[in-house]
Amino acid sequence: MAVASLDLREVFLQKLYSIPNGRKVNECIQCGTCSASCPTSHAMDYSPREIIAALRAGMLDRVLRSNTVWLCSSCYSCSVRCPAGIPFTDVMYELKRLGVKHRIGDKGAPNTVMAREFVHLVDRRGRNHEPALIRQYFLHTNPLRALRQFPLALRLWWRGRMPLRGHTIKGAAGLRRMMAAIEENGSK
Amino acid sequence: MSTTVNSNAGASASASTSTRGSDGRVFSYYPGCSQMAMNRAYDVSTRSVAARLGLELVELEDWNCCGATAYVAIREEQAFVLSARNLALAEQAGRPLVTACSGCFVVLNKANKYMAEDPELRSDITRALAAGSMRYRGTVAVRHFLDVVVNDVGEETVRAQVTRPLTGLKVAAYHGCQFSRPFGERADPEFPDTMDRLVNWLGGETVPFALKAKCCGGLMMTTQPDVGRALTGKILKAAKEAGADCVITCCPLCQFNLEGFQRRVGAAVGCDCALPVLYFTQLMGHAFGLDARALALGDSLTPVAELLHREAVHS
Repeated sequence: MAVASLDLREVFLQKLYSIPNGRKVNECIQCGTCSASCPTSHAMDYSPREIIAALRAGMLDRVLRSNTVWLCSSCYSCSVRCPAGIPFTDVMYELKRLGVKHRIGDKGAPNTVMAREFVHLVDRRGRNHEPALIRQYFLHTNPLRALRQFPLALRLWWRGRMPLRGHTIKGAAGLRRMMAAIEENGSK
Repeated sequence: MSTTVNSNAGASASASTSTRGSDGRVFSYYPGCSQMAMNRAYDVSTRSVAARLGLELVELEDWNCCGATAYVAIREEQAFVLSARNLALAEQAGRPLVTACSGCFVVLNKANKYMAEDPELRSDITRALAAGSMRYRGTVAVRHFLDVVVNDVGEETVRAQVTRPLTGLKVAAYHGCQFSRPFGERADPEFPDTMDRLVNWLGGETVPFALKAKCCGGLMMTTQPDVGRALTGKILKAAKEAGADCVITCCPLCQFNLEGFQRRVGAAVGCDCALPVLYFTQLMGHAFGLDARALALGDSLTPVAELLHREAVHS
C-alpha cells in the first residue's frame, strides 16, 4: 500500500509538471489568497491553500479522499489571483482525473457520475445531449430525486427546451479513430 | 473525406465565400451543445442580432463537443483532441471562430494556447488528428460573441441599430467566471465591464454589481444542490438589492442556474429571488426592435416578455 501510494505520487507529480506552469506549485507561499477567493471553500474539507500544503507534505491520498477536489467549479478566481502564478484550477483538474482513474475518493460521487456520463455521451455521439445527460445522471445517482425535478423538466419540455432526439456528428467514426490514437500514443 | 488544408486555403476560403470577408465580419460560428437544447434561445437570439450588426455567422460544419469542463475532468488529452478537431475545422474554413458560450470559449481558447505553448502536447494532438485525416496548424483565433460585438463592431454600429432604447431599465450585468478568466485578454478578469458598456449603448443603465464575475456554481446546481443554491442565491440577492429590474448573462449555464431554480434558491438564502433573467443577446435584440420570436423570448422561465413589454410602454 505504501509503495502503491508512493507510485501514485510520482504519477501525480509527473502529470502536474507537464501542465504549463505546473511546477510553480513548489513556489506556494501559503498566503491563502486562493482559499479566500474560492467561492466554494466554505463547503470544503480542506481549502485550496491546505490542499497545496498537504500535497507538499506527501498526503496525496488524503487530498484525493477529501470532498475538495470535486467542489472546484473551474471559476479560475484562484488562478488569476495567485501571487506565485500557480494554475490551481489545472491542479484540481489533475486531481479529479487521478482520483477517477485510480478509483480513489468517493465523497463527491454525484459529480463524478455527471462527468463520466458526459464523457460516455460525447464519446458516442461527438456531442452532449442535455436531456439524455440529465436522465443518465439521475438513473445512476438518485432516481427518486429526479421526481423533484419533474415540474422543471416539464416546463422546459413545454418550451421546446428538452428535445428528445440528440445529434450524432457525421465525423463520429473519425473522432473515434482520433481518440483511439491518443489513447495509444499519447505521452501524458 | 479528406480534410487536409493547404497553406493558402484560409485566405481563399474567406474571400470566396463572402464579399464581406475582408473586413473581419465573417466568422465560423460554434453554437455549443447547450444551445441545441436547453439554451436554444441563446442560439436564436445570437443569430438574430448578428444579422442586424452585419456579422455573418457561418455555422462550423459538423462541430463536436468543445471538450467541456465535465470532459477534461476525466480525460485530459482526449479533451484537447475534441477542442482541436473544432479548431481544425475552423482553420479549414479560413475564418476566426466565435461562440456565445463562455464554457466553450474558455475550453477552446485554452486548448489553442496550451497546444501553442507545449510542443509535446501539440505533437500528440497532431498525431491523433491525423488518424482522422485532419490537421491543425494553430492559426485560428477563438473569440466570444460578446467580445466581438463590443470590441469589434463597437459603439457606433450598435447605437445605430437601436430603435427601442432601454430608457430607465436597470440591469445587473452578470458576466460570470469564464468570459474573462483565466486569461483576461479582452476584459478585466476580476471586474469585466463589457456588458455594462453594451447596455449603456442600448440606452439602459447597469447597477453597481459586486458579484458580476462570481461563480454561479456551474453543474453543482444539479450535483451538489446545497452549494449551487447558495452561490446562485447570493448573485440573485445582490442583483435585487442593487435595484436591478433584470439580470443579463453571456453563458448558457449561468443563465439556466439563475432562471431555473429561483424559488428553491430563494428558500436557501432566505430572500425573494424572483427576477427576470435573459441572455444579453435578447436584451440587445429587443432594443434593436426585433420581435419576441426572433429572440425566442417564449423560452424564458422568468417573465422576460412582460418586463420588456412594460419597458416598451414606458419608453
